Amino acid sequence: MTQFMKSAALAATGLVAASAPAMALTLDEKVNQVFASATGWFVNLIFSPFPGSEALLGYAFPWIVLWLVVAATIFTLYFGFVQFRAFPHSISLVKGDYSDPNDAGEVSHFQALATALSGTVGLGNIAGVAVAVGIGGPGATFWMILAGLMGMASKFTECTLGVKYRNEYPDGTVSGGPMYYMTKGFEERGLPLGKFMAILFSIFCILGALGGGNMFQANQAHAQITNVVGDYPGWITGIIFAGIVFAVIVGGLQSIAKVTEKIVPIMGVLYVATAIIILLINYDKIGWAFGQIFGGAFTGLGVAGGMVGALIQGFKRAAFSNEAGVGSAAIAHSAVRTKEPITEGYVSLLEPFIDTVVICTMTALVIIITGQLVSDPTTGLYMLNEAGNAIQTIDGNSGVALTSAAFSASFGWFKYILAIAVILFAFSTMISWSYYGLKAWTFLFGEGKNKELVFKIIFCIFVVIGAAASLGPVIDFSDAAIFAMAVVNIVALYLLMPIVKREMNSYMSRLKSGEIKKFH
Amino acid sequence: MSHTIVVGYDGSDSSLRALDFAVDRAKSEKAELVVAHVLEWSPYSFLTPTELEERHKRRTEELERARKFVLEPLMKRLSDSGVKVATELRYGRSADTLCEIASEKKASQIIVGRTGEGGLAARLFGAVAGSVAQIATVPVTIVP
Repeated sequence: MTQFMKSAALAATGLVAASAPAMALTLDEKVNQVFASATGWFVNLIFSPFPGSEALLGYAFPWIVLWLVVAATIFTLYFGFVQFRAFPHSISLVKGDYSDPNDAGEVSHFQALATALSGTVGLGNIAGVAVAVGIGGPGATFWMILAGLMGMASKFTECTLGVKYRNEYPDGTVSGGPMYYMTKGFEERGLPLGKFMAILFSIFCILGALGGGNMFQANQAHAQITNVVGDYPGWITGIIFAGIVFAVIVGGLQSIAKVTEKIVPIMGVLYVATAIIILLINYDKIGWAFGQIFGGAFTGLGVAGGMVGALIQGFKRAAFSNEAGVGSAAIAHSAVRTKEPITEGYVSLLEPFIDTVVICTMTALVIIITGQLVSDPTTGLYMLNEAGNAIQTIDGNSGVALTSAAFSASFGWFKYILAIAVILFAFSTMISWSYYGLKAWTFLFGEGKNKELVFKIIFCIFVVIGAAASLGPVIDFSDAAIFAMAVVNIVALYLLMPIVKREMNSYMSRLKSGEIKKFH
Repeated sequence: MSHTIVVGYDGSDSSLRALDFAVDRAKSEKAELVVAHVLEWSPYSFLTPTELEERHKRRTEELERARKFVLEPLMKRLSDSGVKVATELRYGRSADTLCEIASEKKASQIIVGRTGEGGLAARLFGAVAGSVAQIATVPVTIVP
């Protein structure tokens, strides 16, 4: 997809250069040009193909995708399929069965999970899945679900560490996340370079917060608004959005954030419910759709890149959507009040499940079942578009527009709800990431009102840039920054995973012996 | 043998009337009084990341405030009433928590005011009395 986006972006820039002299560039185009040329090298580095993969598979396999999948597999095996064994226990933890009533009023497992989820559930589930299925075909769904299931183990590992090594300050506030387990955990195990890795992670986290957590969101929110009300310059949306974000994170208008935090879960439920209704209406095609998903997973059904293409798209979008192994969730989950860090690990493994296995799969199924992807009736293979880099869709849609078209095929009004949902999802993801970025920023530069204000202002400026730039360079940079976080974070997870295993074994034996009791 | 009466108190006028009524009952019955102040809280509400971070700090502040401005003045007021008084300060759903306290203290009855704070809160707290009456396992007196 990166390749596809890149060529699309190149084509766009080419067109601009041909049709107008450089002086006549609009503000949006200028922003776009400067941004694309400034970030290109970083994107190329992160998404460079695995050496020899092109000769071996006939398709460039980005090493970063392999990195994430191998990590998820190792964690799954190392913790003995914890995501399946502990699933029921995770649910009773969230329900509060094991919460001490004397701790009422503290952050509950449910609240930590809900807040972390509102940071990950967003455009990845709506636009990202559409991109994956549009390029990788229905088969991408299979690999996406698999990556989601495996990613649960990565999340379990990082969130346990996040709680275990968080900082608690005298005033009662807490700060946690990969930068803290890198420094404190490495020190405890006598490992070198903890501080260095923490600094590296913090830098990437700030970039990720500005990219995937900000620009991508602003960009797609603008795309969605123009989809409904017609085209207008992106910087206008950018300034409005930046203003609201500024009011919340600088002005301390928590009430705005609070309202979004309440509406986002409702939107999430509404989204899944609508998807289920659409599936029920088309119940006769559900069997066929799963046939396409499984068939496509291993043959590609004619998509660009074949089976490997489907696999890469599925893995990549799952990772981008649920952020397992990226380290962001460890920041959000570390605020929970618990004597057992491992319990937050159990709770957090539900996150990739809800995000990817449930919500992303719904998006994919609706796109497939409503027949958005055009296939050749004689061969059953999918037809490529003119450029040959994605599947031909009925109206030539991609991204959010494809999902919108799929949902509107059954309910015409749904595109308005989806537009509101996209904007709200984008907004809540931005608020979450502004917090993650700020935590990384204060780790690097220290706490203090003025230092924090500098980051918050930079964050708001990037909202405007994100809304004005075109999708290609933005999505490339966003992906690259978020995956760069995973490079550093997963190294730390490998080195610290024995600590998590010790916690897990101790907790499980105490749970079995009845030492840890249910309160309700 | 002395028994225990639980009275819900939120600082409102009606809860004050309930309290006066409860003190009278406790005096004549030679009962002990447990004054319960519940801070409305749901573990299933949605919070922002910043709120999560500050939750523990806020909770400490909220408890401190309730102790200082609700329970302490109350204890002063009741100090010469001749009734043995204890206080309970908890987070939770008001009605459920009152009933929990009652069963923990093996109370013989619960006394609550009919309405709490004014305005919109009255609608919420007003329902407390009704809910307590419905779910309590001991007799409930609602004081108008």
